Amino acid sequence: MKFWPLLWSSLKRRKARTIFTFLSIVVAFVLFAYLGAVRVAFSAGVDVAGADRLWTTHKTSIIQPLPAAYQDQIARVPGVIMVTHASWFGGIYQDAKQGFQQVFQAPVDPEAYLTLFPEFRIPDDQKRAWIADREGVLVGEVTAKRYNWKIGDRVPIQGTFYRKKDNSTLWEFNVRGIYTGGKGVDTSQFLFHYEYFDEARQYGQGTVGWYMARIDDPKKSTETSKAIDSLFENSPAETKTVTEKMLAKSFADQIGDIGTIIQWVLAAVFFTLLLVTGNAIAQSVRERTNELAVLKTVGFSDATTLGLVLTESGLLALAGGGLGLALGSMAVGAGDPTGGFLPVFYLPTKDLVRGVFFVFLLGVVAGILPAVQAMRLRIVDALRRG
Amino acid sequence: MAETLVKVRDVRKTFFRGGERIEVLQGLDVDVRQGEFLALMGPSGSGKSTLLNLIGGLDKPTGGSVSVGGVEVSGLPDGKLTAWRARHVGFVFQMYNLLPGLTAERNVELPLLLTSLSRARRKQQVATALSLVGLTDRARHYPRQLSGGQEQRVGIARAIVTDPTLLLCDEPTGDLDRKAGDEVLELLQALHSAQGKTIIMVTHDPHAAERADRIVNLDKGVLVGAVA
Repeated sequence: MKFWPLLWSSLKRRKARTIFTFLSIVVAFVLFAYLGAVRVAFSAGVDVAGADRLWTTHKTSIIQPLPAAYQDQIARVPGVIMVTHASWFGGIYQDAKQGFQQVFQAPVDPEAYLTLFPEFRIPDDQKRAWIADREGVLVGEVTAKRYNWKIGDRVPIQGTFYRKKDNSTLWEFNVRGIYTGGKGVDTSQFLFHYEYFDEARQYGQGTVGWYMARIDDPKKSTETSKAIDSLFENSPAETKTVTEKMLAKSFADQIGDIGTIIQWVLAAVFFTLLLVTGNAIAQSVRERTNELAVLKTVGFSDATTLGLVLTESGLLALAGGGLGLALGSMAVGAGDPTGGFLPVFYLPTKDLVRGVFFVFLLGVVAGILPAVQAMRLRIVDALRRG
Repeated sequence: MAETLVKVRDVRKTFFRGGERIEVLQGLDVDVRQGEFLALMGPSGSGKSTLLNLIGGLDKPTGGSVSVGGVEVSGLPDGKLTAWRARHVGFVFQMYNLLPGLTAERNVELPLLLTSLSRARRKQQVATALSLVGLTDRARHYPRQLSGGQEQRVGIARAIVTDPTLLLCDEPTGDLDRKAGDEVLELLQALHSAQGKTIIMVTHDPHAAERADRIVNLDKGVLVGAVA
């Protein structure tokens, strides 16, 4: 602490340069935090996907329906503990601009679905209320907050693909439950009763979108998948079964390798940042050659001089990086910036820790060359030049 | 007769500039007694500042030896030399060399930062040094808010704040007008007579040198005469 006035005077020596360097560090770390959350959003599901869950879809495409009768056959496959299903709905709330179509909406078997996905947290009374009400809907807290829905609200949804038997496109649901979940869990889903949906829809009765099964041994997932698919070979609706993780990854890969792209963007940002900060510190040391020589004259050792410059660089990195990470975390904490397209949007703790590591790394790497230069300064030469 | 504090024996210093060998000091012998005020005079390039740097441990001789208070400075390794310098030598520069971002008291405090003194004790020593140079009321001023004479007095306060054995002054009045220069010389004289400080002062100015107990003249790296 006793060196603080000395460090502070060095940092404020060229205020504009220090402020601009500081701001560039802040911006870089805000970007780091934000892009970290974007990367998570695009790989959502991959990390939290259950290793013991298999997804069976139509072999041609996930949008092709499968017969509801497959459920019992899949359930009999050795290694399968339980099986349930879901279907795509894709309705509109109020108008298309509300972005409700981006929310995962699906008719499901309520009890089975909640058993298969224990990561969904829902109070018991709400769970019972949802199961008991055929027109009930279970909504994730993100979606409930977004549309300001509360328990008991009646929510009208405009069907875009499915009409009712009376030719109406209006589907009405009662909000009976609002579920939450840990980090990485999609808390935006809109889940309602398959029975109500199947009875009311104009066509497609007796079909489902896809099946989800829990197996007893994740190590045997390949064999179990093959066993399921072999049941329906040469049928009009052949299947393709994969693990939940693979399915999530294949969705992420359809958009592109976002993770790699983000890593390259961040690498470019940090490389530039390193040059900017390193140059600012080096320039500052060059301008203070005489002052550093005076410090060494009055007894500052080589190690102390090295430490002073490194601390100066570290302080700049710590202040800028710390603020950047804090602002970035706050921005990420404000939630999905796309209004529903990225339902899982958060900065993982490991990325935050990595960010703190980068802050220290920046401080050391940007400061090390100027610090060594200051350490090696020959007093007599420096005073003569000064 | 006071004992000898500084012993310079057969000191040589050679520089190489652009492939050319320059012998700045050529086998010099000088003694400085404890409590003496010595003026080193000579034309530019005569080697007086080089000699001062060797005595202060800022540089090492090519040959010969320099000892201060019984310690052979020229033989000390770099790390020990830095510590020795911090404890035993105070430097006063021609251009004051104050850190512009620090107040007068923070500038004076610099050598004390390397000691284990408490903050209160450091503050006390800084106050004493500033009062000795008559700048107590300028303690919170930055160098840009001080006159040249005042800046040099802060420089002197910084040099004496650790109560060093030896005060080395390189043209301390070289950048000052006559009045401010006289004030600085009076201050050095007072430190010498009242505090018993041993002072070696490099100067071009015969008027400044008159304040010393003894004048040593250098020319082309050799002693050319001494005035008692």
